[in-house]
Amino acid sequence: MMFESPSRSVSDEAALQVTDLTIRYATDGGDVHAVEALNLTLKRGEVLGLIGESGCGKSTAAYGMLRLLQAPGRVTRGAVRLEGEDLLSLSDRALRRRRWSKAALIPQGAMNSLNPTMTVGAMFNATMKAHGYPAGGRARRLGELLEKVGLPLRAAELYPHELSGGMKQRVCIALAITLDPVLVIADEPTSALDVVVQRTVVQTLVAVQRERGLSMILIGHDLGLLAQAADRIAVMYAGRLVECAPLAEILNAPRHPYTQMLLDSVPTIGRQADPDRAPGGIAHDPRNPPPGCIFQLRCPMAQQLCRDRAPAWTGNLAHGVACHFAPESTVTS
Amino acid sequence: MRGPSLHYVVRRFGIFLLTVWVSATIIYIVPRLAPGDPVQATVARLMADSGSFPGAEQMIADWRERFGLNDPWHIQYLRFLKSAVTLDFGYSLVSFPTPVIAIIARALPWTIGMLSMAIAISFSLGTLIGSLMGWEHTPRPLKTLFPVSMIFTALPPVLAAVFLLFLFSSVLDWFPTMGAYARDAEPGFNLSFILSVIHHGALPAGSIILVSFGSWALGMRSMLITVAGEDYTTLGKAVGFPPFYLLYRFMVRNALLPQFTALALAIGSLISGAVLVEAIFNYPGMGTVLLGAIRDQDFTLIQGATLILIVTAAFTVFVMDLVYPLIDPRIQVE
Amino acid sequence: MTDIPDSAEAIRRRGEGLSGPSSARIRKKRRPLNVPLTSGVALVGSVLLLGILGQVFWDPGLAFPAEARPNMPPVGATSLRGHEGTWANPLGSEGSGRDMLALLIVGAPNTLLMAVVAGAISTLIGIVLGFIAGFSRTYADPVIRLISDVAFTIPPLLILIVVQSSLGSVGLYTMAVLIALFEWPRPTRQIRAQVLSMRESGYVKTAEMSGASAWHIMFREMLPNLLPFLAASFILAVSGAVLAAIGLEVLGLGPTRIPTLGTTISAAIDGAAIFRGMWWWWAFPTLVLVILFSGLLLINIGLDTISNPRLRKGAKNP
Repeated sequence: MMFESPSRSVSDEAALQVTDLTIRYATDGGDVHAVEALNLTLKRGEVLGLIGESGCGKSTAAYGMLRLLQAPGRVTRGAVRLEGEDLLSLSDRALRRRRWSKAALIPQGAMNSLNPTMTVGAMFNATMKAHGYPAGGRARRLGELLEKVGLPLRAAELYPHELSGGMKQRVCIALAITLDPVLVIADEPTSALDVVVQRTVVQTLVAVQRERGLSMILIGHDLGLLAQAADRIAVMYAGRLVECAPLAEILNAPRHPYTQMLLDSVPTIGRQADPDRAPGGIAHDPRNPPPGCIFQLRCPMAQQLCRDRAPAWTGNLAHGVACHFAPESTVTS
Repeated sequence: MRGPSLHYVVRRFGIFLLTVWVSATIIYIVPRLAPGDPVQATVARLMADSGSFPGAEQMIADWRERFGLNDPWHIQYLRFLKSAVTLDFGYSLVSFPTPVIAIIARALPWTIGMLSMAIAISFSLGTLIGSLMGWEHTPRPLKTLFPVSMIFTALPPVLAAVFLLFLFSSVLDWFPTMGAYARDAEPGFNLSFILSVIHHGALPAGSIILVSFGSWALGMRSMLITVAGEDYTTLGKAVGFPPFYLLYRFMVRNALLPQFTALALAIGSLISGAVLVEAIFNYPGMGTVLLGAIRDQDFTLIQGATLILIVTAAFTVFVMDLVYPLIDPRIQVE
Repeated sequence: MTDIPDSAEAIRRRGEGLSGPSSARIRKKRRPLNVPLTSGVALVGSVLLLGILGQVFWDPGLAFPAEARPNMPPVGATSLRGHEGTWANPLGSEGSGRDMLALLIVGAPNTLLMAVVAGAISTLIGIVLGFIAGFSRTYADPVIRLISDVAFTIPPLLILIVVQSSLGSVGLYTMAVLIALFEWPRPTRQIRAQVLSMRESGYVKTAEMSGASAWHIMFREMLPNLLPFLAASFILAVSGAVLAAIGLEVLGLGPTRIPTLGTTISAAIDGAAIFRGMWWWWAFPTLVLVILFSGLLLINIGLDTISNPRLRKGAKNP
């Protein structure tokens, strides 16, 4: 069975370029290497699926890019260039102006991402006001946005606790595109929803992305779900990027053993997920990663070489793999 | 703004009534479980004070009749409950024939006025300081300075009262030692009277503020830190709201909710504290009334005064419960 | 929840979950000294030590009236009447001729003892009722909640005023029991809330689903994890009891024959010590109480950081 990547207009111009992003968490027992020298690139209008098991650092990386990490987490190195401008070296004031108008976030928890003491409408109004959106146009814009994500206009008067999980997530999607940002990072936007709602929310997200030509990083741990929206998939393991390739290649000819493992854990019609190969959590102490390949402890094909030397990234920013034994790519990029 | 549901109001009012009933019952039963007859004891004491006088037996019988102590207990109990509702607690045993309610009516406004000023100042001051202590953008010197201001937090208000009385009244002589206003001030709505009231109330209220604002600050600080870690605050930050807007509209606004609950829970102990502080300062409020009543063993006055204070506490909590849904939109659905 | 704020937490929790000597040793070595807890224990301990050492090195009999020359200032001070303090009464003496040092030596342990007994009883009531309420799925919870809601609104001091003014003079233990009888709603509320939230946590749910008995869950799964919290609740109840006792004593409703810190202060107020310049009469017992209260508060803060690790880092800027 072959997967086709959804067609859309992707320009060659890079909207986002993340280089060498490194994030540490201070704990009582030493620093946790949450994200290690991460490199990513995202073209205008492109959807990048960032996948990995929970705790692999995918959300941490996203929050690090947006400078939203909370103590004890901190970015120790790297650059995040959005339209050529490094977010990490901007002043607080300049950053605040770029926020939401350039880079927006669709948060993970549908449950608790909205201020419980603000109505939906108040949140939209405050957002527009904070970024100087003309007062006269705010009400119309709000109606337009709610309609776009399939919410009734009266939702504007409701408090978050009066909305269902799916509705809250729609509010978050609408909120993210309020100011027509260049980049949207969606952090597991559907993980707290039940399956049926998940599907409709993803469809809404895809529709919005296409219409606006957004560049989007879609974070998730469910390859099946990401496949519905992503052009390209980046796979993370234990804070490191292990493979990055167009969706079709990831699905049809994965080159990293961990990608294969993730793929095997997705049940498809006619084939059960292999329980022995289901991802089972990071095997090493995140404060003291072993020398050599980060994946060696769980890799079915680990050799002495893997224990001695970490594999280098082969390929380019958009398409490559970090494995000593990776096969040649099936597509040229 | 949508109002609270009827069910909620009814339940809160039920708790209010239950509180009054339970405390009235305790206040009624306990003195009767104790050995000795309050009237006999009082008359005996009056006799001892003024030397024996003729007709003492007759006087006791007279008083028993007047206070209804000859009726069966359930009649007496019902009468007491009725008095709790009608606020008619009969006569003071000692300052007979002054009705208990007249003594209370003179004292209660002073207590309520002084205490509500103290609570308002200490709650807002504590909440403000706590917010700044928990906020990431507060300048470091301030953050280290605030805890120093809280050294009195661990103290009972009555000890703070003793300390302030010593320092500001006895040693420095800045504030009066007793009373609610100067003798020469003409009570009424005039500047010198109001200033005199503030001058006299400053130390009693100050004692309460001094020991209580710190706990509001500590509570607010820890709530603010919790709220700062919530997802909605992170989203607010991602939206690019200015730090100060984030502070008051996202963090403080939400951290206030448990603060408000804590305030409702603290009303009882604040009233207790105020009673004691007043007793120290001879402030003409309920504390001084109670202190005198305890010294004179004036049981009707003790009963009336405590019950009124409990009703005041319960009613305040009831009102706060009604106000709460206005600041926490989530309450309506419960 | 995003996994941002959680991942450090998760890692810490994972570390603590690892059984085996190595991880325990690592944690022990690396955990910084709990400063508030240690200094709090030291402060409360010093009050206790005053009582113990005092009995050995000083004559507690001097705490009775007329055992010393009345109205004498402490050593190095002069009273308004021009008397100088002597070593016979190093901290001075009060109006009825009690030695201040002996009063502290006898009074401080009495106050502490009374408070600990009252605190223990009310915490115990709180644990029993809190657990019953937290575990019941039927009537018990709403009933206990209603009772504690009602009882919470009633200021204990006011009821105690009625009770004690009817009883007349009371002993130390009677007072402790009376205070406990009106202080239990606070621990009950706190413990019930904690039990309820803990029941929602993963590991208790797992234990429940695996068919463990309610007793097993209460005593094996929850109680050990609740210990720092229960300790904090107890400490809070102890300071609440001291507070209530001082209040009653200031109003003249304390034990009359046994000296405590509160009765001493009460006597000082009655004796107009503040205006007679006899600061030592009220200042020394107040100082001991301040030490006691600060100690209890610090212990509580220390226990709080143990049961709520989020406060450990404070509001540090990333």
